Amino acid sequence: MQTIIRGKVFVLGDNIDTDQIIPAKFLSYNPSDPEERKYFGMYAMDGVPAGQSGLPGGNTRFVRPNEFKSDYAIVLGGKNFGCGSSREHAPLAIAEAGARVVLAEFYARIFFRNCVNGGYLVPCETVERLVEKTQTGDELIVDIDNCLVTNVTRNTTHQLKPLGDVKPIIEAGGVFQYAREAGMLKPA
Amino acid sequence: MAGMTITEKIMAKHSGRKHVQPGENIWVDVDILMTHDVCGPGTIGIFHEKFGRNAKVWDKERVVIIPDHYIFTADQKCHRNVQILRDFVREQGLPYYYDPEFVKNELGMPNPYLDPNKTTYKGVCHKALPEEGHVRPGEILLGTDSHTCTAGAFGQFATGVGNTDAAFTLGTGKTWLKVPPTMKFEFHGEIPPYLTAKDLILLVIGEIGVAGATYKTMYFAGQGIRSLTLEDRMTLTNMAIEAGGKNGVCDVDEKTLQYVRHRSRIKNWEVFTDDANAQYCYEKQWDLSTIEPLVAKPHSPDNRDTARNCRDIKVDQAYIGSCTGGKITDMIFAASILKGREVKVPTYVVPGSTEVHSDMKRLNLVGAEKGPNEKSIEDILLDAGCKVGPSGCSACLGGPPDTFGRLGGTEVCISTTNRNFPGRMGSMQAAVYLASPLTVAASALTGHITDPREYVVKPIQTGMAGVL
Repeated sequence: MQTIIRGKVFVLGDNIDTDQIIPAKFLSYNPSDPEERKYFGMYAMDGVPAGQSGLPGGNTRFVRPNEFKSDYAIVLGGKNFGCGSSREHAPLAIAEAGARVVLAEFYARIFFRNCVNGGYLVPCETVERLVEKTQTGDELIVDIDNCLVTNVTRNTTHQLKPLGDVKPIIEAGGVFQYAREAGMLKPA
Repeated sequence: MAGMTITEKIMAKHSGRKHVQPGENIWVDVDILMTHDVCGPGTIGIFHEKFGRNAKVWDKERVVIIPDHYIFTADQKCHRNVQILRDFVREQGLPYYYDPEFVKNELGMPNPYLDPNKTTYKGVCHKALPEEGHVRPGEILLGTDSHTCTAGAFGQFATGVGNTDAAFTLGTGKTWLKVPPTMKFEFHGEIPPYLTAKDLILLVIGEIGVAGATYKTMYFAGQGIRSLTLEDRMTLTNMAIEAGGKNGVCDVDEKTLQYVRHRSRIKNWEVFTDDANAQYCYEKQWDLSTIEPLVAKPHSPDNRDTARNCRDIKVDQAYIGSCTGGKITDMIFAASILKGREVKVPTYVVPGSTEVHSDMKRLNLVGAEKGPNEKSIEDILLDAGCKVGPSGCSACLGGPPDTFGRLGGTEVCISTTNRNFPGRMGSMQAAVYLASPLTVAASALTGHITDPREYVVKPIQTGMAGVL
């Protein structure tokens, strides 16, 4: 597992639901088809209202039109990130666009599970609310082992909560790898 | 030792333990795994990738596949996704698959079933699961849909999972769960005729917020819950996820047992109750006589207000359907207000299942078999000017652009569905108000949000509708 992630951050607000992360009209793509899977990257965050997309200014797309990859390696949200539908397409879309870590005050549980068990993203919880202290495009360094996030642009450092019980699953790369390493599944 | 709740007891049993407590991570045996056309293809892909192309599911009697989301659309990828389900069902020899046989590998919109009694297609998975006998007290149900929590109304543990979790369970029959602490919501008194369970759950979500039950069990208790039909209890547990809940659960009573005995092929199950010294992390009580008809305003299910306060809100469209508000009792609620009147705004009606659709044609306004010269529920809705579509998830989640009832512009819609997030019903510019079928029907008549007490003058009988 990559434990230090450096890159630009894309800032969102509270209650970012999975319909905003990947609107239902795109769910006809099959994530198991490598060609179709790319479109989840193209449409990641397509349902976020323009004014809320890339705070504080808004009107910034996570992925530029007709591109498959995002400029942002890190997504930052507030409370209840990933609420709503259980669609695994949501963490998959963010990861497919190229992001590796999400930071939020706390997560809706199915989204959190999907991040962890599917091995898509590291869902880190921030100790304090960072949405208003961070601007889209700031350069961050997320140090997962040391539970720290450094804003290089603003020269500030903030704490993350320990990953806790799910850390072994995240380190293994998902629930399948974890269960194999734990001897619960036969090797593939 | 502290007593245990229903949810804790179910989890203990399924992990082979006598006792569990909130916060523990445990591996449990899963009784039923359900998937549908939106998450099935991804789940099947992961299953094949991780277990091998020739792998078999852990128990084919315990896998249920119910296409329901994107059925009535010309989108070829959606037809293809149904075909992926069919291929998997054939490969695995799965007995419990409910095929929309009218979806063929042809261009254009599939022709809907003509007779809801003569199709293998069912419609919304959360309605079809209990109808087809896949839901029993004391069991663990996982489904690749967040509203899988609906089945908690039957005294079981039911929750939504993603594709990876579902694929893991398909191959192993197991999953890991963190034991949730339980919040207890107790309702006293009898449900008044102008309220449905939708008002109760909007009350609760408004009280605790959209993240108020995150990682927790929502237990709905008291005489007020016992006074609800089983279908109405499903509306409560259905929306547990809208407060972030891991699951919602109700006590099992004679209504539950009657339903399950009638539907389930498996005749043994275990009924759990909360111990007298069970621990709750939150408790709140209400008297049903003090509650008013409620709505959730845009764009969040916890944005609670009374229907009365919103009477100046003009509506452009009404929608009656979904796993929350598309059951036969919901149709009777709506029809009892719409009977002999005419809607002022386009009103879309989508039966939650083909059984609901069949009952809409078969039953009269009090839920009994209609006589030869009597109007059916569907007749009443059509006479009032409603448009009735085929069963399925339809516009509740927007879906492909050609979906029945989908919002496309700046409409204000009042809806019996469960979510009003930005864009949820198809348009980012639209505004969705969530309400009970009574409030939606009353609002459809006036063209503005309307307290159903203006129309409901006597108790609404639903008879045995939705039971037998």
